[in-house]
Amino acid sequence: MKGSLIILSFFATGLLLGVFRWIPISWANADVSFYVLCALMFSVGFSIGHQPDTIKQFRKIHSRVLFLPLTTIVGTFAGVLVVSVFFKHSTAELLAVGSGFGYYSLSSVLITQCKGAELGTIALLSNIMREILTLLFAPLMVRYFGNLSPIAAGGATTMDTTFPIIVRTAGKEFSIVSIYNGFVLDFCVPFLVTLFCSI
Amino acid sequence: MFVGIVAGYLFRSRKIPFQNGLILTLIWVLLFLLGLEVGVNDNVVRKFASLGLEAAVIAVTATLGSVFAAKLLWRSIKNHEK
Repeated sequence: MKGSLIILSFFATGLLLGVFRWIPISWANADVSFYVLCALMFSVGFSIGHQPDTIKQFRKIHSRVLFLPLTTIVGTFAGVLVVSVFFKHSTAELLAVGSGFGYYSLSSVLITQCKGAELGTIALLSNIMREILTLLFAPLMVRYFGNLSPIAAGGATTMDTTFPIIVRTAGKEFSIVSIYNGFVLDFCVPFLVTLFCSI
Repeated sequence: MFVGIVAGYLFRSRKIPFQNGLILTLIWVLLFLLGLEVGVNDNVVRKFASLGLEAAVIAVTATLGSVFAAKLLWRSIKNHEK
């Protein structure tokens, strides 16, 4: 939660500086952010490759639970498709927003890069809200939708920010599932987002 | 990203303490730049409220969709175990 607030404040600071033209507009051109993005993608890949122990632990999981990340993806897309008729953005663009799965930092940056700041802002806000919804409603989800539901709701955040609340509400035995789900979705976010942006 | 995965795997035996901090810092820089980009774009600033609403609707339905799907999976696992 504290992490999200810090990130939001960076966004807000940039926003205010831009609105009131306190720094030269030329600073806001996209070239700089492209190189920073490359560095970020390298670091994210590095951290995934850096923890092979997690991969070994996946074998202990019940075979059907292995489908949880896929379930998260399908459910998310179904939810987005239902409301896509109400918005002027194309279905593919909205699916790109949904493909953030709560990973707001990476998805908003990627979407800004290929679709512009407007859709990027939607992606940022939407995915932050998804994380907050998961943090707030995890206990209710467990009660009405079963122990896997907060993990599906948390999407790509279930190995970091929403991990503690999931372990507390769904139970310790779901910690490996939670890490597995977050790991797979973390990996999928850049691919799915760029896929839907290119359609 | 693949270069990063390979590099991370090769250096897996070594502890790299600054790695998470680096990701966080890069994310901060990028989000700051995104804010800047949004801020100088008067068109987006004017529509900020409606963008926020759109974002909220997508967040709620995307979360609900995945939660429902998880319920179906959970039920199928329970039935399977019986």
